[in-house]
Amino acid sequence: MLLLLAVVIGVLYGSAVYLLLRRNIFKLILGLIFLGHATNLLLFVASGLTSGYPAFIRFVTGESESMADPLPQALILTAIVIGLGVTAFALVLVYRFYSVTKTVDLDELSENE
Amino acid sequence: MTTGLFITLLLLLSFLAPFTRKYLRGAAGWIYAIFPLAGLIYYLTLLPAINDGRIILESYRWIDIYGINFSFYIDGFSILFSLIVLGIGTFILIYAGKYMQTYPMQGRFMAYLILFMASMQGVVVSGNLITLFVFWELTSISSYMLIGYYHEKPEARMAALQALLITGFGGLALLGGFILLGIPYGTYELSAIFANPDVIKQSPLYLPALILILIGAFTKSAQFPFHFWLPGAMAAPSPVSAFLHSATMVKAGVFLLARLSPVMGGTELWHVLLTVFGGFTMVAGAWLSITQTDLKRILAYTTVSALGTLVLLIGTGTQYAMNAAIIFLLVHALYKGTLFLMAGNIEKMSGTRDINKLGGLYKSMPFAAIIMTLALVSMAGIPPMLGFIGKELIYESAVFAPTAKYLILIAAFFTNTVLVFLSLRLSLDVFWGHRPAYTKQPYEPYFALLVGPFLLVLGSLLLGLFPKMLAEPLTGSAITAISPGHDAVGLKLWHGLNMALLLSILTLIAGVLAYRFKVVFIGYSGGINVRYFAREFAKGFTSAMDAFLLYTKTQTKRIQHGYHRYYLMTVFTVASVLVWVMIWRTDPIVLELNFSEMPLNLVAVLVLIVAAALSAVVSHSRVIALIAMGVIGFGITIIFIAYSGVDLAITMVMVEVLMVILAVAVLYHLPGYQKYSETGARMRDGLVAALVGSFMMVLVLHAGTSQMGVPISDFFKETSYTEAFGRNIVNVILVDYRALDTLGEITVIAIAALGIFSMIKLTKKVKS
Repeated sequence: MLLLLAVVIGVLYGSAVYLLLRRNIFKLILGLIFLGHATNLLLFVASGLTSGYPAFIRFVTGESESMADPLPQALILTAIVIGLGVTAFALVLVYRFYSVTKTVDLDELSENE
Repeated sequence: MTTGLFITLLLLLSFLAPFTRKYLRGAAGWIYAIFPLAGLIYYLTLLPAINDGRIILESYRWIDIYGINFSFYIDGFSILFSLIVLGIGTFILIYAGKYMQTYPMQGRFMAYLILFMASMQGVVVSGNLITLFVFWELTSISSYMLIGYYHEKPEARMAALQALLITGFGGLALLGGFILLGIPYGTYELSAIFANPDVIKQSPLYLPALILILIGAFTKSAQFPFHFWLPGAMAAPSPVSAFLHSATMVKAGVFLLARLSPVMGGTELWHVLLTVFGGFTMVAGAWLSITQTDLKRILAYTTVSALGTLVLLIGTGTQYAMNAAIIFLLVHALYKGTLFLMAGNIEKMSGTRDINKLGGLYKSMPFAAIIMTLALVSMAGIPPMLGFIGKELIYESAVFAPTAKYLILIAAFFTNTVLVFLSLRLSLDVFWGHRPAYTKQPYEPYFALLVGPFLLVLGSLLLGLFPKMLAEPLTGSAITAISPGHDAVGLKLWHGLNMALLLSILTLIAGVLAYRFKVVFIGYSGGINVRYFAREFAKGFTSAMDAFLLYTKTQTKRIQHGYHRYYLMTVFTVASVLVWVMIWRTDPIVLELNFSEMPLNLVAVLVLIVAAALSAVVSHSRVIALIAMGVIGFGITIIFIAYSGVDLAITMVMVEVLMVILAVAVLYHLPGYQKYSETGARMRDGLVAALVGSFMMVLVLHAGTSQMGVPISDFFKETSYTEAFGRNIVNVILVDYRALDTLGEITVIAIAALGIFSMIKLTKKVKS
């Protein structure tokens, strides 16, 4: 399964990079979102795959060995929420950008300097 | 104690000058002049003790680990230089107070002038190489400010920058040289270096240290080929030219060479380099001064020539040469300071300093005419002025020069002939002869403008008349300080009938002849200049600077082109190449393919994610891109659920819904996709993307198959319920163990929300 997930992450990173290199500013933001997804998934997979055993304490003692690692999950959770903040901000920025410059082409911006 | 205090006082005065100038009005110059005068008297009282062979040391700790101290080292040589700096400085302040009266920003001008005086005084009494360097650089900086005083004039700014770049370049070389010099000694203290002068000469560092120090000294003292900044510096007001660019600052290079000659000198290389550069500068300066018509530029070129003479003498290094160097140093400071101040006076009183537009000024300013003529007599080396003794010593040291005797003799003869010629010209053509119509009626300069030149020239006369009584005590210990083992030769006006006297007489005759046929002489040398020396160094320097700026501009434009995606592409390409090299060099990963671990439903989700990502990349439709975005988000949510990330899945669902809604809202306002890139560009970007994606894939495999160290989560697992009383460990970590992180996260969201809110609000305001 690791191999398949690695392929998925690779594809996500590749698409993110390709979109980041586009001239359309909306695609740039899309690339940013993909990059966030890919990184979250990377962290999740790298911390080890545990099937059907979330990090809950059911009994008080002696069961933690096969439980999913909670720390990476906590970190990813933080990352997801901050990613939401950044993406939302970037999206509204694109909206403002377009309403001021009337273009979504980034090259036109640098030529108009 | 006293020297440190004195320099601190001067610096303080410099700081206070801009604030006090307006209250002191016309008296400012006189009052500021009290400070250098006090210093002058203090150093004069030290003179008897110094002449008995004492050396005064003063040290303040600064940076201990590098052996850098604020040290002062006061011997006869420092005293002589201090007297020149402070004596001329006193008169300059009095003069400048009056001269600059009608100009704006006098407080600032005075501040720079005093700052310069403090730094120059620091240079000449420094007892530590690094202290010396600090003061040295301060003189360059204050010189920059003073040359560029008329900052609204572009040529003044240009000249200031040129002087700063050249002396600043030299300063850097000097610092390198000082550090190299300090290495074999393990200290920068001059007293320790003087105690073992031969250590550096046996070290392999001698050659680089010597070359770097010479670059520093030659740039500061305007030696060929760095000589051109000095005539350019004449853009400064006259008091500045008199103080910095004739009497003191340009002598700092000469000072350094003389100061270090017991340590660095005495080798063949030292001798050759100094003699060649000094001799050439001496002749070139004299030659170039012949055709000048601006009083200050004439004087500037003779200053270049005089600096060359001093370097030549120090390079010759014999007893006579060292004597000549010290005496000529004093002679030159006295007459050149006077001449520059008088040039300022003439310009102020007649409205021009072009020698062709001057003449017959004796009737309007007889007193000024006498002072200036006396100074010129000293420059021409005619008795009874001190200049005569100086010139005799120069001839004598040329006669006794160990090598290239005749070449040096001819060079000295030529230079002195030009000096006689110029003395006649500056005196007769300015004060006597045909009187042209002046734009303003010339009259005798004010007392404050004459007192300095008068006292300087009087000094020159008295020292010449009473060499035994006055000049010898002043210079004797300076000579022994810079050439240990050599005694001062007795000074007298009448040397008896010898070679030097004969040469002096010949020089005078040649000079007078040149003046008699001045039209031919000037015309002839002008012709040679046009024919062979058409290239001006200053222009060459300027165009070299322009070319350099243009080069850096294109270079910067190439690297900082302003296209974000090419920046990103650079980062991605470099990163993937480096990571791929690392992957290549690490051991391959062993993977076991176990199909039973692959639930079919999950594989289907993964396929969906990949398909969505690829379609988002290739699609021309924004709606498909949006759908793809949603599919990927929810697909990842399913992966989280499948591998025990319950909290992640819950968060992801909410975030994903919000994100898609927001994207739709924004996209509604944006225009549809257009084709911006060519197929070639797409292929190239695709290649970069593939490189990055593939190395990330390999990294995931590496990360997923290796376990480094013990996970720290065991602590959370054990204590989550017993100490934090929560069963959901992920939640406990977020709100308890790492609560501050979560607070930071909330802050980020709040700031993002504020930003979004203000951006939308702002839009509405603009619309209304």
